[in-house]
Parts: sequence; structure tokens; C-alpha cells
Amino acid sequence: MNRRSLLALASGAALTPVLGREALAQQVQITGAGATFPRPVYERWGQASREAIGVQLNYQSIGSGGGINQITNRTVDFGATDAPITEAQMRERSLLQFPTVMGSVVQIVNLPGVADNALRLTPEVLVDMFLGRITRWNDARVVELNRDLRLPNLPVSPVYRADASGTTFVFTTYLSRVSDAWRTGPGAATSVQWPVGSGARGNEGIANTVRNTPGAIGYTENAYATVNRLITTQLRNKSGNFVAPTMPTFLAAAEQADWSRPGFAADLVDLSGANVWPIVSPTFILLPTNPVADRVAGSRNTMRFFDWAFRNGADAARRLEYVPLPEAVQNAVRGAWAQVRDPSGAPIWTGA
Amino acid sequence: MSATAQQVSAPPVGARRRIGSTGDLVFEWLCRGAGLLVLLILGAIILTLFLGGLPAFREFGAQFLWSTAWQPVEGRENYGAAVAVLGTVLSSILAIVFAVPIAFGIAFYLTELAPPWLKRPVGTAIELLAAIPSIIFGMWGLFVLVPLIQSYIQFPFGETLGALPVIGTLFQSTNFAGTSLFAASLVLAIMIIPFIAATMRDVFDQVPPVYKESAYGLGATRWEVMRGVVIPYTRISVVGGIMLGLGRALGETMAVTFVIGNANRIANSLFDPTTTIASVVAMEFPESLMGSLKQSSLLALGFLLFVISFIVLAVSRWLLRPRLK
Repeated sequence: MNRRSLLALASGAALTPVLGREALAQQVQITGAGATFPRPVYERWGQASREAIGVQLNYQSIGSGGGINQITNRTVDFGATDAPITEAQMRERSLLQFPTVMGSVVQIVNLPGVADNALRLTPEVLVDMFLGRITRWNDARVVELNRDLRLPNLPVSPVYRADASGTTFVFTTYLSRVSDAWRTGPGAATSVQWPVGSGARGNEGIANTVRNTPGAIGYTENAYATVNRLITTQLRNKSGNFVAPTMPTFLAAAEQADWSRPGFAADLVDLSGANVWPIVSPTFILLPTNPVADRVAGSRNTMRFFDWAFRNGADAARRLEYVPLPEAVQNAVRGAWAQVRDPSGAPIWTGA
Repeated sequence: MSATAQQVSAPPVGARRRIGSTGDLVFEWLCRGAGLLVLLILGAIILTLFLGGLPAFREFGAQFLWSTAWQPVEGRENYGAAVAVLGTVLSSILAIVFAVPIAFGIAFYLTELAPPWLKRPVGTAIELLAAIPSIIFGMWGLFVLVPLIQSYIQFPFGETLGALPVIGTLFQSTNFAGTSLFAASLVLAIMIIPFIAATMRDVFDQVPPVYKESAYGLGATRWEVMRGVVIPYTRISVVGGIMLGLGRALGETMAVTFVIGNANRIANSLFDPTTTIASVVAMEFPESLMGSLKQSSLLALGFLLFVISFIVLAVSRWLLRPRLK
């Protein structure tokens, strides 16, 4: 071994521990599990936050129900759910709930010759299609709404999510809100007993089935429809205006939200307002208010992560067509973090 | 005679046995433990499923078995197994109907008709088919087979056969998405063909050549030998092999989930969507809360699937018994 390589070895030995210690001090990992609806935006935030603040996010989108189960068992640092849990559930499981972003659900159709956002639907027509009461696209009620379109004589084939999902919860909540027949019939849940149509697995399954089936109508979260250039429709909102699913109409809905309900469980479905897209929903994080001793650091880093995401993640969310939270709500969420206390009773979040 | 026996089994063997007796004992118990572990795991799974499903059985009683409800909406939860059980059994039986003739053709060709140099590659290809992961079959089914069924089978046949008087309803459907009982059965058939074909080939090969030669000697054609000698001789084993395929079809999850349409409705027509036990469990489990009635119902469904598969496999073992000795 010659002198130069010895030198290199020595300097390497001197440098490595320093670099290693620094990297170790910076990189922390938090684990979360739950909803599939916000997964794209959490993943984007996770990538950016690793470089920015050294918090690495390991997020498993196993479904809201799975997320609630895991955080109840305290096997992860945080859970994520699309449907807000009730105040009683929060108390019973010692959980704090707060929103992160808002997403929207849109209808997608496959009608030859009908362009994106050209078809106009009313809530009544939409419900009747999914109830099997409107069976053909040239039904008088659909034609009347779309005088300028040539609607084909095709059967209406509703397509829904076969796997239980938050998207289905939001969509069926809307259908229940606008129709008594739907509320007393199939109802609103992460999966319901659909009277007609066929199920497809995941967003990609719905997209594929709709694309292959002339006359199909399905629903999906907006980000998915945009990325895959699916044909979406207009919908008449509570104020009687036909609106297209675009960022301004989502923002209009977000402005109407009432965040003062317990657990920030704002309801953005079927709000009134001239320019409001009627199917918008926040998605939530569940954090234990009494983390066990070895999860205190994870809990603190989770709050650091979302604090960072609130301040720097709005653009990333908008690019994925999610709606960021208004600043006032973000501050209220930071205030609520004071409820999270370590085993000695001291609040874990002390600001930035 | 006795002298040679003494020479062989005398002192050295006995001495060796004494040295290794602890090793033998340890090995014996390890093997016994491994064997018992299988039983233990099996028993534990059945017990877990049953205990997990107990709240559902208790809530709905025997009605769980024939109720067609699947209502997960909070406050009016109501679950029944009928649709999923019927869908599981129907899709598997249809798969058998599609698969058996083809599997028989393969086995007949391989044992009687194929030139020797072709037997091995074709046999290997069939076995490879069995090694394809089921998710691949699911994707292929959804992206390739379903559109084909939609445009080349359901539209032409649905229209023409649907006009027939009594059986017409079997082909008439208002579901045009292509994902249907028929698509699921077809994908299942392709998946179980290798199992059935391999069993058939093996049992056909076991027919003593002398029987076949005598039949040929009497002037029988190949088909007559197959029908008059090979099939009667192997009948029971062939049925056992089919049951093995049925067992596999019953529990198949991913491939079926992709193409069956996942609707909790009884299929009136081949082209209607329906669902199976495995598919309901896979779709709904992630969104079921711990200790909820929904999760309990899913576990109860799992228990029912276990019972059905157990019965089918037990029957197949019993039928194959003479050949497996």
C-alpha cells in the first residue's frame, strides 16, 4: 500500500463519521397509513420534504378504514381518512383530526362525439342514471339539457368503484344529499349496494372500463381524470348554474366551507354559491393526542412535516389539482396541535 | 438362508444404531413437529375465521347464508352471503365447463397423438401456464379479453341468442361494460386448464399399455381406444383432477376481481356482473373498521369459502385415492 492511498484512507476515516452523523441527525422517518384519495399529493410532499427538512415520509395508502385501524393500534405515526370520524370516535380513540387538502370528484363519460366538459347534467339526471331509471342517452330529459349536442342512442352503463374507497364515499354523499330516493336507497358509504352498473377496481379500472364502453358514465377523483385526459361533464349546482370541474369552481367551493365544526369536519358537498363545483371534500389526518413514549418523536416530526407542507406545499397540491387549505384554517390546525401531549403532559408541538 | 441374514444384521448395525439414537430421536420429533405444525396452522386459521365471523353469524343467524343483502351504510348495516357464494360456485362451475373439453384435448393429444419430440415442449408450456401469477391473468383479462368479449361475443350473441324463447334471458343483459360472469369464467378456465390437463395426462399415461394394445389389436381406432379403454380405466382420477381445478377456481381472487364486474347482484344472464367471495373480501377488507359488523361479515365469508374449498378438495382426494397410493 503506497503513501497516497494511506492518506486517502485516513482522511476518509476522519470524514466519514462527521458526514454520517450529520446525515443521521437530519434524516428522520415518519410512517403513515390510510386514504388513497390524497396519496399523490402526500407522496409529492414527502419527496420534497426529505430534501427541505429531512423528514422522510413512508405513506401506505391502504384505505381509510385501514388507516383508522392502524392509528387506533398505534402502529403508525399518523392515520389518514377521507370520511371524517365522529367526535365520539375521536374521544374514544384519543385522536386529533385535522384536514390537509381538498379534492374533488368528477363524472367521466364515453359518448362518441361529445367533447370534454360539453355534456350538461343535473343532479336529478345523474341520480336517475345511477338508479337505473334513465337507461338510454337519448332519453328526453338528457336531450332537453343538451340541445346543442347530438346524443347517441346508446344504453347508459354506470361504472363504479368496486373497492371500498373514499372517492365512493364522497360521491354517494353527494347523491344522498340531492336525492331522497338515493338516501333511503343505496345511501352513502365507502361502498354501497349499487342498483345497476358494474364495478371496476381502483381509479385505473374505472378509467379503463369507461374508455372501453360506449355509453359509460363513471366517477373519479379529478386529478386522475386530468392526468388521463378523460372526458368530464358539467353539473348543475345548488344555485342552479351549470359548472365545469375546473380550479376556479373548486376554489369557490373551498371559500364556502365552514371549518368550525369539531375535528375540522367541514362539509363541502352541494354548497350554494354561483360558481361552486358541488362535489368537493377535504381529506383528514388522525394524530394520537397521547402518543406512547417511543412515538413522541414521530408525532413531532409528523407535525413538522405538515407545518412545512402547509407553508411550502400549496403549489405542488395545485399542480395535482388539489385545493390547498386557506391560511386561517392552517393556523387553526396548528393551534389544535397543542392537544397532542407527550407522556409527561407537555405539548409536543411548540411552533416550527 | 438364516446364516446370510445373521451376517448382514449382526453387531455393526446394532452398534451404529446405539451411537445415533439421540440424533434419530431429535430428527423424528422435528419431522413430527413439522407435520403437526401444518395441522396447527390450518386449525388456527379456521378458528380465527370462525371466531372473527361469529358476530355476523350471531347477528344474522342462518339467514346470513341465503340473504342477498350487502348494505355497508352505517346505521342500517345488513350483510348476506348468498350473492357471493352463488357467484363463486357459478363462475367456478362455468370455468370447469369451458376448461374440461380443452384440457381433455390437450391430454389426448399429448398421450396418444403427439410425436415424441413434441410431447415434452408442449407439456412444459402447459406447466408454465400454471406458473403465471394470477394478477397477470387479471390485467390481461381486463385490458385484452374484456373488450374482445364486449364487441365480438356479447353484442352479436347477446342479440341473436337473447331472442330465443326460454334460454334467451341467459344471454340478455343491460350491462355493456364487458366485465361479467362470462369474462370471469373464461379467465378462470384458462387458469385451471394446466392443472386439469396435467392430471389427465398423468393418469392417461398410467393405463397399462397391454390394455390399449389389445384394443388396437381388435381393430379399434384411437378415439375408440380413448373412449372404450382409457376413459373407463381412468374415469375416477379424471374427475379428481377436475375437482382439483375446481378447488383452485373457487379461491382465485385477483384475476376474477378484475373482470367479474363486482356487483352484489345475482347474475340473471351470462353477461351480468356479479361477485365472488374472494373478490368481495379483497375489495372491502381495507375499508372495514376493526371489530365492525362489516369486518365480521367478511371473515364469515372467508370461513364459508374455506368450508366450500375444503369440501371440494376432500372429494377430490377421495376420488383420486386409488391413484395416489
